[in-house]
Amino acid sequence: MELFTPELGLVFWMFIAFIILFFVLAKWGWPIIIKNMEQRADTIDKGVEYAKEAKAQLDSARADAQKFLDDARKQQAEILRDAAKMKSQIIEEAKKEASEEAKKVMDAAKVSIEQSRKEAELQFRDEVSKFSLDIAEKMVRNQLKSDKAQTELVNKLLDEIENN
Amino acid sequence: MNSNKISIIFGLIVMILFSPFAVNASGPDKEEGVNVKEIMFHHLGDGYGWEVPFSHVYRIPLPVIVRAEDGKWICFSSSKLTKLEEEIDPKSGKNKLEAVPQIVNIEKDGKNYSFVLAHYSAHSNKIVQIFPVESDNDKSVLKAASEIASEGEYGVDRIIDGYVLVDGQYFKEYRPLDFSITKNVLALFIAAIIVTAMVMSVVRWYAKKGLKAPRKGMGFMEMLIDFIYTGVIKSSLHDKAKQFAPFLLTCFFFILVMNLVGLIVIFPGGANLTGNIAVTLVLAVLVFIVINIKATKHYWKEIFWPDVPLFLKFPLPIMQCIEIFGIFTKPAALCVRLFANMMGGHMIVITLTLLIFIFTAFGAAATGGSVVISIIFSIFMLALDILVSFIQAYVFTLLATLFIAMAQDNGHHEKHQEHVDHEILPDPDNDEKKDDASGVIA
Repeated sequence: MELFTPELGLVFWMFIAFIILFFVLAKWGWPIIIKNMEQRADTIDKGVEYAKEAKAQLDSARADAQKFLDDARKQQAEILRDAAKMKSQIIEEAKKEASEEAKKVMDAAKVSIEQSRKEAELQFRDEVSKFSLDIAEKMVRNQLKSDKAQTELVNKLLDEIENN
Repeated sequence: MNSNKISIIFGLIVMILFSPFAVNASGPDKEEGVNVKEIMFHHLGDGYGWEVPFSHVYRIPLPVIVRAEDGKWICFSSSKLTKLEEEIDPKSGKNKLEAVPQIVNIEKDGKNYSFVLAHYSAHSNKIVQIFPVESDNDKSVLKAASEIASEGEYGVDRIIDGYVLVDGQYFKEYRPLDFSITKNVLALFIAAIIVTAMVMSVVRWYAKKGLKAPRKGMGFMEMLIDFIYTGVIKSSLHDKAKQFAPFLLTCFFFILVMNLVGLIVIFPGGANLTGNIAVTLVLAVLVFIVINIKATKHYWKEIFWPDVPLFLKFPLPIMQCIEIFGIFTKPAALCVRLFANMMGGHMIVITLTLLIFIFTAFGAAATGGSVVISIIFSIFMLALDILVSFIQAYVFTLLATLFIAMAQDNGHHEKHQEHVDHEILPDPDNDEKKDDASGVIA
């Protein structure tokens, strides 16, 4: 059976071919490929890890930013509220002050008006009394031009006095 | 619609395949038939030249390197082994070329060496050195020679041990040490070059592109490497994977390429490499060497003093015999498995193809039918062989890895076993539960 008996020449050459192939590939082939494949796998793993970390960092940064933003908004609202409060307070105070001032001015004015009125009244009274005296004098003079009239008046006055 | 189309195509194929045989039905070889065994062995076996595609006569010459009887190394071209002879075909009357063996005479250092490609000899299809028969030496040879001279007939039954029959004349033969670059040897080199090119292409990619992943063919190559390295080598050898990976990966790719190259019918392929026992034998021997040279102390202890009841290993070394036998059967199984699978595949394809020529004897209809059937089956078998090529390379590597891994055992398992035994002893009722637990741990 030719097929089942190994041929020495072929055994020899197969051995040579395999050994040469093995040494060539073991030196320049397989270790480099395996190293590269493992390196790449590591790199990919690291990349995934890095991406995960980066994502986590990004997420936390986003949360931080959101927090800052929220704080800022809150602060802003607070400030605004304070400002509004202060504004109304200031206005209120101003109003109060203004009204007080106004009242003072008014009071002073009132006092001075009263004074001047009183003065005017006094003056007026003086004037009026003077005028009325004048008028009465003139009237009396006028009425008492005739003797008859004079006697009549004296009589009348006497009557009055008598009646009283 | 679809089945209609298929039937039309099928019919066309049948018609096309019928036509040449219908014409050639009365062609040559009708009575002679074909020598199936010879053709099969020719295709499965080795050769000194490599047939030029689609020609049976012209061969690519290859160097023949032999060591003559007196120890001289002699080298000549294999083209000298045959001469082309024009023969007239008795049936068709056409001239046809035939490669006929001839005696090669080489002069070296003043001595004449004669070689011939033996046909009628114990060393069929091999180169033998020939010497003329001294007439007073062997009576039976001379008698047979005279018979041939009178009958003019020679065949396998005329073979006399130690003699070769060339052109009706007997010569004393000597089978020289033969290190010729035969068809199989050249195919081996081609396969080795293909493997180197494949691997180096990936290495070059890394050198050029760094850690960028290879694409297309190189990506497939890397996928295969990763499949074997991670899936087979690393999973059973763990931290020792790097130490054995070069050997096992070389085995895998060399076998794979040899398998696939063997399936290609014409020149760069066509050599039945892994279906040749010499090739698989070398692979198995190398695996054997790697297993046993790198084996741990524990492995040898398991062989010469295994953990079995004493009567099995002393005074009669039954277990030792089995274990030592096992050392050799493991690689032998590797050798025979690969050889038988690949040779079987080739044999089936050749047989299916030869069916056509066998059926020519039964007329045109049988020939046409057998053509269709055998072509369909051959294609199916070749497709299957591609799968088998991969599977056999994989199985060889897997088993080699397992055998190496078995010889790398450092006896952790044994310690663990003892520990479990100790645990079991105090409570025999709890046996099953403990076993389950140990199974889980293991």
